[in-house]
Amino acid sequence: MSKKVEQTPTFEDSAKAYLDNTQLRRNIGHATHTIRDKRKDVVDELPDWEALREAGDAIKTQTMRHLDKYLLQLEESIQEAGGQVHWARDAEEANQIITGLVKDKKVNEAVKVKSITTDEIGLNKALAEEGIQALETDLAELIVQLAGDEPSHILVPAIHKNRAEIRELFKEKLNKNELSDRPEDLAEAARLYLRKKFLNAKVGISGANFAVAETGTVAVVESEGNGRMCTTLPDTLITVMGIEKVIPRWRDFEVFMQLLPRSSTAERMNPYNSFWTGVTEGDGPQEFHIVLLDNGRTKVLADEMGRQTLNCIRCSACLNVCPVYERTGGHAYNSVYPGPIGAILTPQLKGLEDEGVASLPYASSLCGACYEVCPVKINIPEVLVHLRGKIVDEKKRNGGLKSKFEPEHIGMKLLSRAFANSKRYERAQKIARSGQKLFTDEGVISKLPGYLSKWTNTRDLKAIPDQTFREWWRQRNE
Amino acid sequence: MQISLFITCFNDTLFPETGRAMVHLLERLGHTVTFPMEQTCCGQMHYNTGYQEETIPLVRKFVDVFEGAEAIVAPSASCVGMVKEFYPKVAERADDKVLAEKVDELIQRVFELSQFLVEELGVEDVGAYYPHRVTYHPTCHSLRMLDVGDAPLRLLRNVRGLELVELPDYEQCCGFGGTFAVKNAETSTAMLSDKMCNIKSTGAEVCTAADNSCLMHIGGGLQRQSSGVDAVHLAEILASTE
Repeated sequence: MSKKVEQTPTFEDSAKAYLDNTQLRRNIGHATHTIRDKRKDVVDELPDWEALREAGDAIKTQTMRHLDKYLLQLEESIQEAGGQVHWARDAEEANQIITGLVKDKKVNEAVKVKSITTDEIGLNKALAEEGIQALETDLAELIVQLAGDEPSHILVPAIHKNRAEIRELFKEKLNKNELSDRPEDLAEAARLYLRKKFLNAKVGISGANFAVAETGTVAVVESEGNGRMCTTLPDTLITVMGIEKVIPRWRDFEVFMQLLPRSSTAERMNPYNSFWTGVTEGDGPQEFHIVLLDNGRTKVLADEMGRQTLNCIRCSACLNVCPVYERTGGHAYNSVYPGPIGAILTPQLKGLEDEGVASLPYASSLCGACYEVCPVKINIPEVLVHLRGKIVDEKKRNGGLKSKFEPEHIGMKLLSRAFANSKRYERAQKIARSGQKLFTDEGVISKLPGYLSKWTNTRDLKAIPDQTFREWWRQRNE
Repeated sequence: MQISLFITCFNDTLFPETGRAMVHLLERLGHTVTFPMEQTCCGQMHYNTGYQEETIPLVRKFVDVFEGAEAIVAPSASCVGMVKEFYPKVAERADDKVLAEKVDELIQRVFELSQFLVEELGVEDVGAYYPHRVTYHPTCHSLRMLDVGDAPLRLLRNVRGLELVELPDYEQCCGFGGTFAVKNAETSTAMLSDKMCNIKSTGAEVCTAADNSCLMHIGGGLQRQSSGVDAVHLAEILASTE
């Protein structure tokens, strides 16, 4: 995009406020642990889970290798089935195409099924600027929209809110004087509100989980049935899909329809799976458009190591097991893609120039829990480290004097000199041992200045003992 | 067996008692321990922080120092993980085929201590005595990168006098993560705080692990709270006798 975007706050700065929010910590802690445990149960009961993961990985990897071919095949299949295909280089282009299509229908409202891709391009805002209201119909998305909030999870956008908070919101925004906080009552209130909207909608907007190159079939996988209504009731359906969502063959669903529900909602089978192929006379939308979005994806594809990020099927299992996400929640990532997958996807889509975006690959302790659960075996820690390497390389090239004087940079440079040679290394050990005396009390360091105070603010540090191992070894073998 | 000790710079400098324990333990089991004095650091911190260019000379150094060794054993799952998992990638980055071949050959002989004892030497009872209530924290790299499985637990179950208690949510990261602990200090502390609650809930006097880096983090938190719980490396427990 040509417009100058605002500087994103860094993850560490944003995380501070969320870490202190006790309600949020409780809500997200409870929700992630519940889904995490359920997922483990339904995955452990499948004897061929590892083989399924291998298959998911293989299909996606092979698709990425021939993405150009499959996309052209998809375009042809959809057109043959009576659908219209639009290509969008970036968010701006996609929004122009979609607002144009909606305006042609002379409506000022469109119903939407939950789609992060439309959040990625800021579609709702673009439509609003043209006087068109995009109405979110996924229960959680509706909650977020009514609250004027942002989604904080890929699959459970309102994971940061509990039912007491939702009850208050509905009472105010849906004009309900009497409303309990029972989940059934809350769902019913939303249902009544949405049903009217569905029946009057002329245009539906959806994302897509998959699109099959050989048949042109597009699939939306969801839990509530609202997606089914969005994709079947309006006369016109517009689907926005990232180009990486294409799969080669119909039979590939065998793998993904097992991997996705168990990884995402911890269900054996997903409740609502909508598949459509172009248009069918007298049944469902009579006009179908699909917008195939690049928005940085071909750039990701060009990076051999980073490319695996595009294999993601947006199940969000990695968010639910992530010890960082569990404590900060999704908003700290300042991106529509939070959690471990967001920490590798956002920087690759947006580029590493923005300091806030470049802080994301560091928002991980590299514990590897994400890689362990990923249904398509994306090695997230490996990509995180790869991106950190790119960030440092870029700083060294273009960071100027400022980055040369960062404490971390100086420390790394000094240590790499010391480690290069065992004599120099031993000298450094001795210097550190005498240098620490100022801060040491009975073998413990409780307060350090500057950069290292971030350690000692909450943790003691063991002082370097009088004899290193190698000194002991030398003495022993004299 | 002739065992080359890969002490790791961290243990060499900060936790020499762990290295000494390893020497005593392996010698007690009838092996010969050597310590190549030229070794320094495996480069994990540089690599994981993004200073990957700086890792190349350290990989070369490691290969020079340990080339030809029968078995290279370290008291650190994360440093061994660095060598086994990432050295081939560093060699690739260096665009050096000879180095890559040497690395591929060498990393098959690099082991983390507990995995080496149980899987390579087939020993589960090392004849240790440690009369304390102990809980075991499987560090992320031992659990998910090296797959040491229950090797440390098997060793601990055979220690006389030791009462082993399971750590709730044991698979959760303690929040160390190398420079993560400083870069994202608040998030790291939030993770540590939960880990410490779980450790306290076991009533253990000692929390043990296969990595002193995580133990320094956990121990640093426990000590700041005057918790009365100690963080002790597995090697030290296995080395102690009546």
